[in-house]
Amino acid sequence: MSSEKKNNDYLLEVEHLKQYFPVHQGFSTIPLKAVDDISFAIRPGETLGLVGESGCGKTTVGRTLLRLYQPTAGKITFDGKVLFDSGEQYDENGKMIVDANGKPVMGKKVDVNMMPYRKEMQMVFQDPYSSLNPRMTVEDIIGEPLDVHKLYRNRKERREKILDLMELVGLNAEHAMRYAHEFSGGQRQRIGIARALAVNPKFIVCDEAVSALDVSIQAQVVNMFEELQEKLGVAYLFIAHDLLVVHHISDRIAVMYLGKMMEIADADELNANPIHPYTLSLLSAVPIPDPETARKSHRIVLEGDVPSPLKMPTGCPFRTRCKYATEKCGQEMPQLTDRGNGHMVACWNK
Amino acid sequence: MQGNEKLKKRQMLSAQIDLSKFNKGDFIKATEEEKKQQDVMGESTTFFKDGMKRLKKNPLAMGSIVILVLILALIIIAPFFVPYSYSDIITVDGKRDKTAANMAPFEYSKLEQQYMDRTGEKLFPHIFGTDNLSRDYFIRVIYGTRVSLSVGVIAAIMVLIIGLVYGSIAGYFGGKVDLIMMRIVDIVYSLPDMLIIILLSVVFQERLKPLIEGTMFEKLGTNMISMFIVFGLLYWVSMARLIRGQILTIKNNEYVLAARCIGTRNSRILTRHILPNCLSVIIITTALQVPSAIFTESYLSFLGLGVSAPLTSLGSLANDARSAMQSYPYRLVIPAVLICLIVLALNLLGDGLRDAFDSKLN
Repeated sequence: MSSEKKNNDYLLEVEHLKQYFPVHQGFSTIPLKAVDDISFAIRPGETLGLVGESGCGKTTVGRTLLRLYQPTAGKITFDGKVLFDSGEQYDENGKMIVDANGKPVMGKKVDVNMMPYRKEMQMVFQDPYSSLNPRMTVEDIIGEPLDVHKLYRNRKERREKILDLMELVGLNAEHAMRYAHEFSGGQRQRIGIARALAVNPKFIVCDEAVSALDVSIQAQVVNMFEELQEKLGVAYLFIAHDLLVVHHISDRIAVMYLGKMMEIADADELNANPIHPYTLSLLSAVPIPDPETARKSHRIVLEGDVPSPLKMPTGCPFRTRCKYATEKCGQEMPQLTDRGNGHMVACWNK
Repeated sequence: MQGNEKLKKRQMLSAQIDLSKFNKGDFIKATEEEKKQQDVMGESTTFFKDGMKRLKKNPLAMGSIVILVLILALIIIAPFFVPYSYSDIITVDGKRDKTAANMAPFEYSKLEQQYMDRTGEKLFPHIFGTDNLSRDYFIRVIYGTRVSLSVGVIAAIMVLIIGLVYGSIAGYFGGKVDLIMMRIVDIVYSLPDMLIIILLSVVFQERLKPLIEGTMFEKLGTNMISMFIVFGLLYWVSMARLIRGQILTIKNNEYVLAARCIGTRNSRILTRHILPNCLSVIIITTALQVPSAIFTESYLSFLGLGVSAPLTSLGSLANDARSAMQSYPYRLVIPAVLICLIVLALNLLGDGLRDAFDSKLN
């Protein structure tokens, strides 16, 4: 991989990230492969939408990026600095380089102290009700990142910064001394966003940040995310399962299935010209707010259920539900390949 | 994917609104002020204000508070105006009055009567009479209540501190730390507490005596100190278990994850995010720990393992009165009623606190 050029281009780069959780079943422990060998990159000021059905590992990706979980393997580069590297090396085709005994050739291991990077990368959480401490006032919630990173000289400056942040996200400054439970869902989410913005980050993971809000509030919050991006130039990893919202806000969209990346493309390109059979079925399931068009369109209904992540199918995880599946799909997981204009697809048959 | 600008023809059974029936002027955009009215905001209340409001509505809890405050006021003020000592025989005019033993309430001994007749001044009455060693019983009951209450409060605070630290560490760090710490709790839990208290008091009696000689602890006596040690050793386990359980549920909240995402240190997460959220359970359990400690102290004193001789507690008062139960039943009844009153009031207050502060019940 031409890493030097990429390091300059991208704000965040994720290569072959794996996140396994040990699951105890009786006396044996088996790994749950929540995120299995995914790679993607985000440019400064860009929004990457991450979609996929429940339980496919979207949230885990976000949390692992912020190192709230210790990654099992992979490499995370942020702003040109390697934050984590488990040491495995890969060739141009994305195959792990192994020595004669079949053991991976290990490079340098990196695992930095995340404290300085917590200022650069932040997160907005899904549930505005449980992500704010009920015993703290709004001022203290937004002020906590300032306290932790000591971003003010005196009480007055702290208060000013908090009020500025509240104004930035459209909250009434008079409400600074109130408790989170006194606000509505949309206002609470704004508090959560103000908290994430307090350290002036370059990158924010929005973990289903609008999924718990009702539709009219969703629109307000999504528009606010866009305005903030214009004003502050932050990059987002926008995790959601609502394709319409993701298409609206994202520059590029990545589709995940069972811990693996299926397709990445520009938002409009993916919408107009989806290639992967899973993306096709996802897009066909988007409700169309017009009965006549909806009746004409034909929905691809997938057969069967998502396999348990504890008993992943061999090769491509989607092959058990894919109508194009061949023998090859069961033998090997296809790598993401470029189909033109950065439209990356992981599929043998399409 | 997006809806068309112009609305299509309505379907027969569609619930779609027919916009042609409205004029454009029917829809005015809400002003900023009108939008703000949608932000419905009640009076700002804190956790404590809210809980106290609910507590004030509970007559049983408020009654208990009144009774406890009265008892507290009495045991603090009484020694200032009752001119007798809890440990000494009543003296009249500098002479020890041995005739004053076993008097009924409000009765004066011969010596006292003579003194009053001679000088004309009125002596302070013996409200509860005197005991078999000619000591004023009222002041003994007052001091007994002081000892019992302070034992209860100190024991509850000890249990709170040990249980809080132990439970928080086990709950927050989880995993192997939790496993080992909780197995220790299980072992301590399985020890028979009565047996340990009796054994320890016997052992400590010999060992502690030289240690505490000449210090402020001497007055308390070895029994009392061994009782505190036993409380510290045995009774923290249920508190530790409870707090660990609370922390296990609270630490899975997203706001704890958010704090970790910010880069908050573990100690700050514990003190700012986790402990304030299990405060209600801590307050309630501590409040309920006080009566149980008083109760334990009372029956240990009743068994003769309580405070040592001149000092007294409600339990040892009851024990002393037992021998003369038929002649002077009030000497048993008074401390017994006081124990009941204190324990009942504290228990009801604890229940009231739980109703007021436990968010799960609201």
